[in-house]
Amino acid sequence: MAFAPADEQELSQVVAAAAAEARPLRITGSGSKAGIGRPSIGEELSLRALSGVVLYEPEELVLIAGAATPIAGIEALLASHNQHLAFEPMDCGPLLGAGAGQGTVGGLVAVNASGPRRIKAGAARDHVLGFRCVTGRGEIVKSGGRVMKNVTGYDLSKLVAGSFGTLAALTQITLKTLPAPETSQTLVLLGTEEQAGLLALRKVSGAPLEASALALLPKGAAPLDLGENAAAIRLEGPEISVAQRLEDLRGLLKPFGGGVEILGGESSASLWRALRDAEPVASLDGHIWRVSVAPSDGFALVSALKESALPLLGYFYDWAGGLVWLCMADAEDAHAKPLRAAVDRLGGHATLIRASATTRAAVDVFHPQPPALAALSRRVKESFDPAHILERGRLRAEF
Amino acid sequence: MPLLMPAPEPEILSRRSELLTRLAQILPAQNVIADETARRAYECDAFTMYRALPLVVVLPETVPQVQSILALAQEMNVKVVPRGGGTSLSGGSMPLEDGILLGMSKFNRILEIDYENRCARVQPGVQNLAISKAVEHAGFYYAPDPSSQIACSIGGNVAENAGGVHCLKYGLTTNNILGLEVVLMGGEILRLGGKHLDSEMYDLLGLMTGSEGLLGVVTEVTVRILQKPPVARGLLLGFASVEAGARCVGAIIAQGIIPGGMEMMDKATIRAVERFQPCGYPQDAAAIVIVELDGTPAEVDHLVGVVEKIARAEGATTTKVSNSEAERLQFWAGRKNAFPAVSCIGPDYLCMDGTIPRKRLPEVLTGMDELAKKHGLRVANVFHAGDGNLHPLILYDASIEGDIERAENLGADILRLCVAVGGVLTGEHGVGVEKRDLMGEMFNEIDLAQQMRVKCAFDPSGRLNPGKVFPELHRCAELGAMHVVGGALPFPDLPRF
Ligand SMILES: Cc1cc2nc3c(=O)[nH]c(=O)nc-3n(C[C@H](O)[C@H](O)[C@@H](O)COP(=O)(O)OP(=O)(O)OC[C@H]3O[C@@H](n4cnc5c(N)ncnc54)[C@H](O)[C@@H]3O)c2cc1C
Ligand SMILES: Cc1cc2nc3c(=O)[nH]c(=O)nc-3n(C[C@H](O)[C@H](O)[C@H](O)COP(=O)(O)OP(=O)(O)OC[C@H]3O[C@@H](n4cnc5c(N)ncnc54)[C@H](O)[C@@H]3O)c2cc1C
Repeated sequence: MAFAPADEQELSQVVAAAAAEARPLRITGSGSKAGIGRPSIGEELSLRALSGVVLYEPEELVLIAGAATPIAGIEALLASHNQHLAFEPMDCGPLLGAGAGQGTVGGLVAVNASGPRRIKAGAARDHVLGFRCVTGRGEIVKSGGRVMKNVTGYDLSKLVAGSFGTLAALTQITLKTLPAPETSQTLVLLGTEEQAGLLALRKVSGAPLEASALALLPKGAAPLDLGENAAAIRLEGPEISVAQRLEDLRGLLKPFGGGVEILGGESSASLWRALRDAEPVASLDGHIWRVSVAPSDGFALVSALKESALPLLGYFYDWAGGLVWLCMADAEDAHAKPLRAAVDRLGGHATLIRASATTRAAVDVFHPQPPALAALSRRVKESFDPAHILERGRLRAEF
Repeated sequence: MPLLMPAPEPEILSRRSELLTRLAQILPAQNVIADETARRAYECDAFTMYRALPLVVVLPETVPQVQSILALAQEMNVKVVPRGGGTSLSGGSMPLEDGILLGMSKFNRILEIDYENRCARVQPGVQNLAISKAVEHAGFYYAPDPSSQIACSIGGNVAENAGGVHCLKYGLTTNNILGLEVVLMGGEILRLGGKHLDSEMYDLLGLMTGSEGLLGVVTEVTVRILQKPPVARGLLLGFASVEAGARCVGAIIAQGIIPGGMEMMDKATIRAVERFQPCGYPQDAAAIVIVELDGTPAEVDHLVGVVEKIARAEGATTTKVSNSEAERLQFWAGRKNAFPAVSCIGPDYLCMDGTIPRKRLPEVLTGMDELAKKHGLRVANVFHAGDGNLHPLILYDASIEGDIERAENLGADILRLCVAVGGVLTGEHGVGVEKRDLMGEMFNEIDLAQQMRVKCAFDPSGRLNPGKVFPELHRCAELGAMHVVGGALPFPDLPRF
């Protein structure tokens, strides 16, 4: 059966009834990304009726929207006021073989989306000021507020961000909006060794240049093959400031040698859109992993994988080396064990983003946790959803 | 509205000597403070209206000691109140007469500074300012800068999600920490996050931040450090009305500029400051706004020009731009001294802390005036103007019969007003005991029950910092029950597809 409640009240009745019978529900925004995470089971619960911008006050930097409001519409609305979602949410439709531009704001918060600007502006979690939801008990709960500074009660926004719908069905979300940068330019350093290129990125991130994105594409990374290793650095802000920082940046990068190319306007924007949506690996055929480590460990991780003779088909680095996107040849276990062992030696976490449903049901999609933490996570889940009805199995096989 | 703490449990008081004996097995003698005179030093935090003598004060130095203390408390069913620098303004670390006060001040080491990954691993008792001091020679700093930064601890900052004048642009504590080590009431150690970004499951790092010492004891913090902007310049803007000042703040943000700091003061505060330590604020202004712009020289010079233009257009009666570091600091001197200055115009003051949607400022100020008149007291105001965080300072005289109560009632009315216009009860000082009984203004019982259930997931026996944040104490078992609504009806009238 499938449900599409007309409003929050109806949603709460549907969930309460399901809770009473311990019937699992699968929450969908637009349903565009059903292919990620562990396959969850249950009747479909579509939130598509909970759509629409409730309030937008640009001068107060705040937007309130129903959970199923399309992100594309929100981004267009913000753009018309020279604002944006600073965390640069990825559109992973292309990666998953679905169309682009289909995500909803509820889905975006539920997966704690972020893109290249994460290193400067934070992830979705950092921009959620408050929300309303229906918990797995069928109760309507609100948390947070609509103001920039708020420490009243627990910050449950952080908890629901990235919870993949396993705690509550979000019904309304309050986001912080920010002014969009006046200009944006990208400097590409070409032809350095990979390790040196990453070192250059870390140098830049430790300098007062306020770079808003730092990525490294190894030679041959399609579709942006620049013929050589390419370290890309984005500077944003008032024109005069970007120009000065670009000069400073050139100076800082001198010792690294290599050619320099400057991308402005649309060519800069499209480069970062492509990296945001993981295009260099999306176009390859294989399992896709997303790994978060300390920036200085990104190279060590890739080297370890290469040495271990895993079938690495492609990769690139974002977040100054802290985010590594990997594509590995298909295998039933998605090479989870050796990959995670390499990540665990460094500290960090690896998420399996693209694989068949069979594989996603068989291996941990999300990084396993030590027992005390796993037990606490389960208790937190149960504090919202004691009957385990919401997105059962999505994050963990056991709940 | 007297604040009631849970009555001390006679059963626990009667076992005090056993508790002391067992604590002596965990800690060296000098780290267990049992003597009454010495315990008096810990009677309250910076919310001095309420005091209590802790059952015993312990000062652990190692994580295993913290584990053992919590496990012992759990076993003996004794309450535990964590304490950092004791600067909480909401009574977050106020002791309990039947509880252990767990002082974290001996956890005062910086464990690692990692410039490559722009972070530092520190113990929770390290003072906020000490982190910036430790990295300043390399050009770095730790961004959240509460005014209490020379005294408050990073552990307390995490527990309160502290902010400061920089947080408009650089975020609060929650946006500036990468990892935590936490010990739960049962003695389990958790490591959340690390030097990498984002969490592997539920964001417990984000949840712990601002949880006011109710979920676990923080024993290590990994903070992000930032490279200092090359220059900062200030503008001192005077306005003939608070409304004009508020409009200017809005116009700056609407122009797409997020300053490093943007603070406002009303006439009462300007007067007090000028009397306390003159720093050249315009005496005729009804409000002043201090704007700080930071970044590269070209950017800052450019933005100073833009802000000056906006200020003129909004009718500023004074516009001064700092041309030297000394001048910039001079602009800030008054703001930094606002609290002590105000205490010179009235013997006592109560510092409130609410946030409102910025554009409601004029009506909130008018409303506050009316409320102050009604209660027969005066209010001076300083704001973190950029984000609508108000600090009304309620002036009273504790030696006058009934004044304390009047001040508290006025404070509560002001916070109700903040909530009524779409704001919140606290922007940075926390709920603690101070605003505990007002939580119902913002949240209904179901909202609060959900928050308390989260507490139960961490601390099922409810022994960690009870009596703070939540107006009533519920047992976790009561909160666990599921109310089955409507039974098993299939809802035939709902749309299907
Ligand atoms: C491991 C992983 C990492 C991802 N990383 C990113 C990323 O970094 N950036 C990015 O932009 N996208 C990321 N995504 C994709 C993300 O799913 C989409 O971007 C999201 O916005 C799609 O929206 P949707 O409405 O189509 O969601 P759906 O496909 O309908 O749902 C996606 C998830 O969100 C939940 N959900 C949807 N709406 C709600 C709601 N209202 N309340 C509660 N839960 C809800 C669903 O239950 C499901 O778990 C990631 C996905 C996965 C699985
Ligand atoms: C003059 C003055 C100015 C101030 N200005 C600001 C300001 O600008 N911005 C702002 O945000 N705040 C401000 N404050 C409030 C206060 O400084 C902050 O809330 C600060 O974060 C408290 O830190 P602390 O170490 O003193 O904590 P404490 O007061 O000791 O404790 C505060 C809370 O944290 C808990 N806690 C402490 N350590 C730990 C730990 N290791 N593990 C778990 N829980 C712990 C306690 O149980 C308590 O609930 C100001 C206070 C004063 C007195």
